[in-house]
Amino acid sequence: MSGGSYYVPATSKWPILGSLAVGTMMVGTGSVLVHGRGTLVMGLGLVGVLAVMALWFRDVIKESRQGLYDAQMDRSFRQGMGWFIFSEVMFFAAFFGALFYVRTFALPWLDGEGAKGVAALLWPDFTASWPLLDPPGDVAGPVETFSPWQLPLVNTLILVGSSITLTVAHEGLKEGYRATTRNWLFVTLLLGISFIIIQGVEYYEAYHHYGITLQAGIYGATFFLLTGFHGAHVIIGATILAIIFIRVLRGHFAAENHFGFEAACWYWHFVDVVWIGLFLFVYVF
Amino acid sequence: MAPKLPPHHPVEQSTSTAAGGQAAEHPAPPRGLMRWLLTTNHKEIGSLYLIFSLTMFFIGGIFALVVRAELFQPGLQLVNPEFFNQMTTMHGLIMVFGAIMPAFVGLANWMVPLQIGAPDMALPRLNNFSFWLLPVAFTLLLSTLLMPGGGPDFGWTFYAPLSTTYAPPSTTFFILSMHIAGISSILGAINIIATILNLRAPGMRLMDMPLFVWTWLITAFLLIAVMPVLAGVITMMLLDINFGTSFFNAAGGGDPVLFQHLFWFFGHPEVYIMILPAFGIVSAIIPTFSRKPLFGYASMVYATASIAVLSFLVWAHHMFTVGLPLVAELFFMYTTMLIAVPTGVKVFNWISTMFRGSISFEPPMLFSLAFVVQFTIGGFSGLMLAISPADFQYHDTYFVVAHFHYVLVPGALFAILAGVYYWLPKWTGHYPHLKLSQWHFWLSVIGVNLTFFPMHFSGLAGMPRRIPDYALQFADFNLASSLGAFLFGASQLLFVWLVVKCVRGGEKAPARAWEGAEDLEWSVPSPAPLHTFEHPPTFRPDTPH
Repeated sequence: MSGGSYYVPATSKWPILGSLAVGTMMVGTGSVLVHGRGTLVMGLGLVGVLAVMALWFRDVIKESRQGLYDAQMDRSFRQGMGWFIFSEVMFFAAFFGALFYVRTFALPWLDGEGAKGVAALLWPDFTASWPLLDPPGDVAGPVETFSPWQLPLVNTLILVGSSITLTVAHEGLKEGYRATTRNWLFVTLLLGISFIIIQGVEYYEAYHHYGITLQAGIYGATFFLLTGFHGAHVIIGATILAIIFIRVLRGHFAAENHFGFEAACWYWHFVDVVWIGLFLFVYVF
Repeated sequence: MAPKLPPHHPVEQSTSTAAGGQAAEHPAPPRGLMRWLLTTNHKEIGSLYLIFSLTMFFIGGIFALVVRAELFQPGLQLVNPEFFNQMTTMHGLIMVFGAIMPAFVGLANWMVPLQIGAPDMALPRLNNFSFWLLPVAFTLLLSTLLMPGGGPDFGWTFYAPLSTTYAPPSTTFFILSMHIAGISSILGAINIIATILNLRAPGMRLMDMPLFVWTWLITAFLLIAVMPVLAGVITMMLLDINFGTSFFNAAGGGDPVLFQHLFWFFGHPEVYIMILPAFGIVSAIIPTFSRKPLFGYASMVYATASIAVLSFLVWAHHMFTVGLPLVAELFFMYTTMLIAVPTGVKVFNWISTMFRGSISFEPPMLFSLAFVVQFTIGGFSGLMLAISPADFQYHDTYFVVAHFHYVLVPGALFAILAGVYYWLPKWTGHYPHLKLSQWHFWLSVIGVNLTFFPMHFSGLAGMPRRIPDYALQFADFNLASSLGAFLFGASQLLFVWLVVKCVRGGEKAPARAWEGAEDLEWSVPSPAPLHTFEHPPTFRPDTPH
């Protein structure tokens, strides 16, 4: 709690423009999905959202560099980012919960196990297994699934490695070694981009050689739900890192005052931890 | 009934160094519409939330009255069953996400900074964003009613496969609108937590905070924990509908019951999101008008926290009849019953606060007392529903409808009305008209009980919910319910008139508008100036709670 006066920002046009852009994007998205047209509206909305984010963050960066923010403002940003990441954790928790529920309860019950095994009456020939290659009803399952010890393992090493290189960059910033920060942040960014490319290769393989598609029963659905949203978060995280990299080049961060950098680190580590969960429960077990 | 307002003892307007009213170097806000579109002021945003909520309350109310008009007599009278389904669904969605939740957020925006001595919310621009997402979300949601195939018609719980395989095409738009509303809630909740943890007046410890602030801190945590789960489950619906996934389709190895688990993992904490701030409001009002400190402050805080923790462990009590293993039936039955313990603590504390108090019955107190009594009725019927073997009889009957309307209407809504009456003098500088307030109160109490009490009986006798027609033996109960609903709806028009009157004039209120009111908001002038507490006030915890 500060002793002086508080910082209260002036009015801003970004929130209202942001809401309108979000609305436009959603109307466009819905229209594309339901009516098969409206790509332009969706695109406009998306561009609007990205533009508002860029301009809004630009204002915040400006204010920060003008020294308008005190320690209290800094704490508000930290708490805001922390709770935002917690909300993301819960978002993924729902998907992991769905995966565990299907594997532990739904499929064994469909196979006739336990008190709720009457569900086996629906498809008497069904045998539960995971990965589920042969769904009970009239749905084609995947042909085969990935070995975790090839591309997924490489991706795990890349992402865990990128968390380490990012920490090195952060330590460099705290110690005032500008070159260390710049170089290791660049390496982190490259690792992030490699992860995205490898994941793209894997998706191509999944669709063209493994028969793992969104429509391939519950295995395909959970596979793409978890890896897809994780991949989207890696793309967001890499974008954040790229912006932070530019800001590092411009000398925005001081050794003792660099919350933008730290927030990007938190986000990246979060994405990394989610991947470890994915690697274990989607690929290995 | 006390026929007159409380004695207005002259109270010094500002107790500490710079409590409110300081015209500092703020640039003049933009004029007209732009002022409201661009504002970053917690009081203006709070007012926007409250006005939005009131609008949605009337829209959702009209949908409810369509339902009640159809159910006035047996047989199909006014609307076809498809439209009836859309009305029950939209009524629920609008009231939960558009009326009750934004009303509490509006009250939090107005009162949390004033109660903790903060100049504004921690992240004021984000605050404006959170608000303006709501009109976008609900315009989109309401527009689904006009789309081919109609709007959502699967109940506000939108169970799969009704909401996936058998849903109207507009469901995709419904999902996207819920995404927007969810983003709004999460960002709003983050803001509230950061404000409470970070902007308290120097010297105010967590255990010095007013209970409204405490309950909102815990509510905001619940929001951040469960709104993403809702986002997750509606995303899975979106994929099932548009991309051929099998999450809720057993033929592909999924499970429709999975939808219910995920939905209620969100849904049950959601129920407490709609009642915990109500507890906070009532815990502010009852001590004020009993002229006694709140009985058991610490136990109130711990009870609120326990309810929040338990809310994550009870979700399947909404699903007792869906086909759960016996061990799940037992587990969720016992955890649900446990919730009665902290809730009982709260009711006990409110009553003990009044015990030997010097009670007066101004409108906020009337609504709070009605809250305690009627919320307890809803709590007890909840306890009946918690008993798994008994629930097999009650499930999906009007008994359930009676139960959750008792906790949401004479519960949550009455607490909101109590809070509005309590803080209107602070917002407008005028007392609401006393006689009209009393009329509003009594008409609302009679209306609400006439509407929902008979539903207990029709439900126990077996009348199913969400059906536009019913057997003849339920006719009298439904006639009473429909009359009550129209009475209740009409008396809320009185409330609107009363608020407008209060904004425009009325008996002047001093800074400490109510004699027994203790919290920091009463140290700033009435009406509260646009900017308050620009310098942190000194807080002395000299009145032990």
